[in-house]
Amino acid sequence: MLGTGILKGLAVTARNLTGSFHDPARFTTTQYPEERTVLPDNYRNFPFLVSDDEKDPMGTLRCVACQICEKECPPQCIYIEKSKDKKPDANGKMQIYPAIFDIDISVCMSCQICVEVCPFEAIKMDHEFEIATSNRFNPLLLNREQLAKPNTYFHRIRPTEAAEVDARLDAERKAAEEKAAAAAAAAAAKASQAAAAAKAPPPAAPAKVPSPATLEAQAKPAAERPDSSAGGIKTQA
Amino acid sequence: MNLTLLLLGLVILASSAMALSLRNIVRSVLLLVLSWFGIAAFYLWAGAEFAAFAQALVYGGAVSMVVLFAVLLTGRSHSDAEVPPPPKGRLVWALVAGGAAAGIIAATAIRTPFAAATNGVPSLPVRDLGLLLMGPQLAALLVTGALLTAALLGAVVIAAGTKDDKEGAP
Amino acid sequence: MSAGVFEMDSWLERLPITARDLLTGYLPDPWRWIAQSVIAIVVILGVFGTLFAFLTLAERKILGRIQNRPGPNRVGWAGILQPFADAIKMLTKEDIVPRTADPVLHYLAPVALVSFSLLSLAVIPYGRHLVPLDLDSGVLYFFAASASSELSVFMAGWAGRNKYALLAAMRALAQLISYELPLLLSVVPVVMIAGTLSPSGIVAAQSGWRIGIIPHWNIVTPWGFAGFAIFMVAALAEANRSPFDLPEAESELIAGHLTEYSGFKYALFFMAEYFAMIALSGMAVTLFLGGWQAPFEVLQFIPSYAWFAIKLLALLLGFIWIRATLPRLRIDQLMRLAWKFMVPLALINLVTVAFWHLSAGWATGAQPLRWALALALVAVPFVLIGRRLTSGLAPRIYRYAAP
Repeated sequence: MLGTGILKGLAVTARNLTGSFHDPARFTTTQYPEERTVLPDNYRNFPFLVSDDEKDPMGTLRCVACQICEKECPPQCIYIEKSKDKKPDANGKMQIYPAIFDIDISVCMSCQICVEVCPFEAIKMDHEFEIATSNRFNPLLLNREQLAKPNTYFHRIRPTEAAEVDARLDAERKAAEEKAAAAAAAAAAKASQAAAAAKAPPPAAPAKVPSPATLEAQAKPAAERPDSSAGGIKTQA
Repeated sequence: MNLTLLLLGLVILASSAMALSLRNIVRSVLLLVLSWFGIAAFYLWAGAEFAAFAQALVYGGAVSMVVLFAVLLTGRSHSDAEVPPPPKGRLVWALVAGGAAAGIIAATAIRTPFAAATNGVPSLPVRDLGLLLMGPQLAALLVTGALLTAALLGAVVIAAGTKDDKEGAP
Repeated sequence: MSAGVFEMDSWLERLPITARDLLTGYLPDPWRWIAQSVIAIVVILGVFGTLFAFLTLAERKILGRIQNRPGPNRVGWAGILQPFADAIKMLTKEDIVPRTADPVLHYLAPVALVSFSLLSLAVIPYGRHLVPLDLDSGVLYFFAASASSELSVFMAGWAGRNKYALLAAMRALAQLISYELPLLLSVVPVVMIAGTLSPSGIVAAQSGWRIGIIPHWNIVTPWGFAGFAIFMVAALAEANRSPFDLPEAESELIAGHLTEYSGFKYALFFMAEYFAMIALSGMAVTLFLGGWQAPFEVLQFIPSYAWFAIKLLALLLGFIWIRATLPRLRIDQLMRLAWKFMVPLALINLVTVAFWHLSAGWATGAQPLRWALALALVAVPFVLIGRRLTSGLAPRIYRYAAP
């Protein structure tokens, strides 16, 4: 009959009206800024640099200034300057670090290519979106200090991905250490063999002896270095 | 003379005169509507409430729409609303004819002995008006009704188009 | 003056006129009438201006809640100061008059619209002693005032020298005059039964209760219910209110006949629309819902103006509810609804009420037959005409989509 559809529609809207006071499914607004929606893990906005230790963010940056992300970035918003000196990374290997690492977020298009190509898990996408500034130039050029955030922050915003990255890095570092230990053991075995062989013939070549000993001396500290929580290099030790 | 009546007459006559003399046709229609409202005010002054509101409703609410739609649907753009001024000879003849008619009416009105109103303004309640219309004046009411119905039916027939037009979906 | 509150003409009931007499009682005769009229005007403007302001807020919040979101809730507690923020915004906007526009008409259109809408508020009886203007033909005055406001719609469309605004104005005018007819035809039965065109007389004709709980309002009769439904639909269209708000839809060529208006004049147009809505709701309360009468005899201690306010607010909330529910009608759909559906039903309603009036003297045993016949006279044409008009427009059958 004419009019029944209208009455059914009126009933639907009335149910919505009364339901919006007690039923959360019928009042889906998040009252920003008093309430915030929980952002999903995969939400990405602009990149940040991961540093392993909260207390020394600049010293423990995973980034080694390889400049791959700078070259792959489509709008070319990353600017990196390598340092002149080297400092030890999480595995003790001496690496260069970025003296300047600038991202211009007025240009960055959040494409995540820098994250995809980084071999060192050093740059990841952040969740931060409340970064409006009143000056469109300088405040939108983020430097190294503003970009560095600790790994604990990375765990907080992307727990699954951070756990996976940590597991991978730990596994690689273990593999590297095992290989180094195996190499050290092989070198030690070789050294003891060479020492035993060197003791038997006359002491005419004392100059050869110090080299296995120095190798041993070098291999031991690498094997005995304690594990750090994360970090390490992908390349074989 | 009563000041209100003087002012009302001034408003009605001035707006009608301006309506006749303005070049912009839409402005003259709106001034004509103003004169109709002036006539409604005159009815109110004379104590005929029902006639006043009926005048406002019918003329101001309906006839004005008819005139405006006629003006707009036959014109094409805002520039077409300008009417060219009439030739000078017509003005002279209009003044002569109008003056003659006004003179005859004024002379008749002044010479007629009107009965003076004895007990103030007569006001008829609507109920008595209805009883009058349905009683002694029924013939006039029926004739007017028949005329309006015929006009309405004719309008519907014209608007519905000829038999050749395919009738659109309801 | 009665002492208690539980009597019909209690001090609470007479409070407004007592206050008015306090203020003006000492003035000599012609000045007292003028002062009382001025007080009535000021009170109406104040009350209905405030009602308009908070009605816009209530509309936005109720619409929001129906749409699963809060309405405006930032300005003041729960958004209660939002109308004042809107007023400030409207007042401080630049008032643009196009260079080729007709300045007199451009200025006059919103002014005339608001004036006529406000004029129509003068004859509605708001309480037992609260009729600003007790005219003998008040109903006719009301409709004359609201019909005259259609002129300003045309003036608004013409003045901007914008051919699209002019077309939209003509479309709006066509809608307004089409729905004048059902509006007036649905009022004629009420006048026939009450025997008077005076709104206070019509309210008085709906007084009394049957066994104390069934009021004699017009809406409880079959013809009254049909008349009320027709009146409400026509009032929605007269006030340019959804689902008949084609003239002011956002997709309607920017703003239809209001395209060339900005700032305060635009606000005046919307104020006029709300005043028309309030006035038509007030008249519907007077004609069909018993005006300021209480629904049950025991509830008479609540003053009459409070009852009027409750009924008026209920109707206005109904308007908002309908706006939230129904999609907009196209111009040909609403013209078809007016001429092919509502005018025939309103004419048949006249026949129904004539039967009702003539059968008022039937014996009490024949009263159920009278009611049944009247109900049949109302319902059967509705179903038949509805079926005929919607034939071919049945619920759509999807041949390829999965059910």
